[in-house]
Amino acid sequence: MKSYASIAAVVALLACVPLLTASNVALNFMVVALLIALVGQGWNVLGGYGGQYSFGHAAFFGTGAYVTAILQVHYGLNAWLGLVIGIAAGALIGAITGALSFRSGLRGSYFALVTLAFAEVLRIVASVAPITGAGVGTLIKLDLRWETFQFQSRAPFYWIILAFVAASLVLVKLMEGSRFGAYLVAVRENEDAAKAVGIDVLRVKLAAMTLSAAITAAGGCFYAQYFLFLDAGIAYGPWISVEALLAPIIGGIGTVYGPLLGALVVKTLGEVTKLATGDAPGLDLVIYGCVLILVVAFAPQGIAGLLRRRA
Amino acid sequence: MSEILRVENVSRRFGGLLALDRAALTVTEGQIVALVGPNGAGKTTLFSIVTGFLKPTDGRVFYRGAEITGMPPHLLARRGIARTFQIAQPFAGLTVRENIAVGAHLSRPARADALAAAEDVAQAVGLTPALDRPAASLTVAGRKRLELARALAIEPQLLLLDEVLAGLNPSELRDMVPVIRAIAQRGITILMIEHVMQAVMSLAEGVFVLAEGRIIAHGAPREIAADPRVIEAYLGHGAAERMRQHG
Ligand SMILES: Nc1ncnc2c1ncn2[C@@H]1O[C@H](COP(=O)(O)OP(=O)(O)OP(=O)(O)O)[C@@H](O)[C@H]1O
Ligand SMILES: [Mg+2]
Repeated sequence: MKSYASIAAVVALLACVPLLTASNVALNFMVVALLIALVGQGWNVLGGYGGQYSFGHAAFFGTGAYVTAILQVHYGLNAWLGLVIGIAAGALIGAITGALSFRSGLRGSYFALVTLAFAEVLRIVASVAPITGAGVGTLIKLDLRWETFQFQSRAPFYWIILAFVAASLVLVKLMEGSRFGAYLVAVRENEDAAKAVGIDVLRVKLAAMTLSAAITAAGGCFYAQYFLFLDAGIAYGPWISVEALLAPIIGGIGTVYGPLLGALVVKTLGEVTKLATGDAPGLDLVIYGCVLILVVAFAPQGIAGLLRRRA
Repeated sequence: MSEILRVENVSRRFGGLLALDRAALTVTEGQIVALVGPNGAGKTTLFSIVTGFLKPTDGRVFYRGAEITGMPPHLLARRGIARTFQIAQPFAGLTVRENIAVGAHLSRPARADALAAAEDVAQAVGLTPALDRPAASLTVAGRKRLELARALAIEPQLLLLDEVLAGLNPSELRDMVPVIRAIAQRGITILMIEHVMQAVMSLAEGVFVLAEGRIIAHGAPREIAADPRVIEAYLGHGAAERMRQHG
């Protein structure tokens, strides 16, 4: 119960941000940070709790984004309905890639490489398929109404992505306290021992990957509505796969708050770098790399681990 | 007394090596049965086949009269067959309590119930003082106890113990033997691989001897210890004869 109260407190605190500032730059920064926190929470379920390191969460992010966008642009579907179907489609891609890779017994770096390959295949397909607008990209028509999941100001977007993040925090907390959560961690720690106590390792991994993909796909759906533009490089590009794993690893792998902490830190670092160097291309990635090395070397449990050690 | 496990002419080949060669044994419900034999005889391989971790090249396995050959480990665990690993396989990053709770979850969906059951099991194997320690920090003896505890937590009917006494010092041994006896008294059938002969003598009602993949003898512990074929299997060809001559 105490932990749910702490989630409520954190979310309530964050919910006040738009009341304190009307600056578009500040709100935009926070929206993007929370988006990464959500996408990273998806990765955290599979990678942090399940120990299956994916390098291709773009596959789920992009599927969520494209399905939401295409259903609106080509089929005139309502954006909120598009969101629901986008999440389901992302989950389905997760289940399919999971079935293909786990059934063939892929683990460790082989699993990471195969997820990367899946995302890249989807990126290439999206960059030539007519339905995604191929090279031109997909533009969602501007229509600023509540019903179309589009808003004049940033604040409603902010609260919506915050609600998604809040839901993901509660979901992961629930998972931690459930049999499924215990089984998932057991699979991460020792697969043979898990089998010996009756755990269907394949099923647990598949369920984790499906849930993980659904959460990350929700981020993709939100991205489509927030920016109203997608192309293959945005939706399925390696950038989002990297952000998805960076946030939880830096914030604290396999912890409820890790992805949120990590996203805020990573995004803040990115902004500081931009201010200091005037947006030199690729420099943010260099900074991320350095931070990642520091975290892996000195704080394998991430920021959350450091905080816990203090406490 | 009914038969709980029957292994029928099981063979297992690893490339050119025939690790098991038509091995056969039966275990009666409620008994403690020991499986002994020299290093590399195929004992662990036989355990892995019975528990579904390995598939036999040939032969069949029956549990309570139903064939289970080649069934996956998690389904066999759910049917009541538990095993320990010769090289302990803890969930290293978890505490002792969490390790045992994973096993207890099999029949208890709620986390609180599984954690409570873990305490009872820890009590039964003498792990209570270590409940909140990380599994990775346990000594060899502690890890053996944890293997046993986690297997017990699934509430098995047939328990396969792979050298849970190996590597223990004499005082740890004295502690563990009654623990195993108490488990059997709760009605759990035990098949144990063991090198510690003193423990086999005091615990087992029946002994099977495996050498080079074949069951070469079985019977009561006293008979087995005096069986020349068994002495030869351990000490080499002609050993029984030499022992008799030297008195
Ligand atoms: N996975 C494997 N691949 C190849 N060979 C194996 C494999 N597992 C076991 N073996 C070989 O099969 C034989 C039997 O091994 P097993 O581990 O069953 O013996 P054991 O009776 O348990 O011995 P110990 O008393 O040393 O534990 C050994 O020669 C071993 O090297
Ligand atoms: Mg062995």
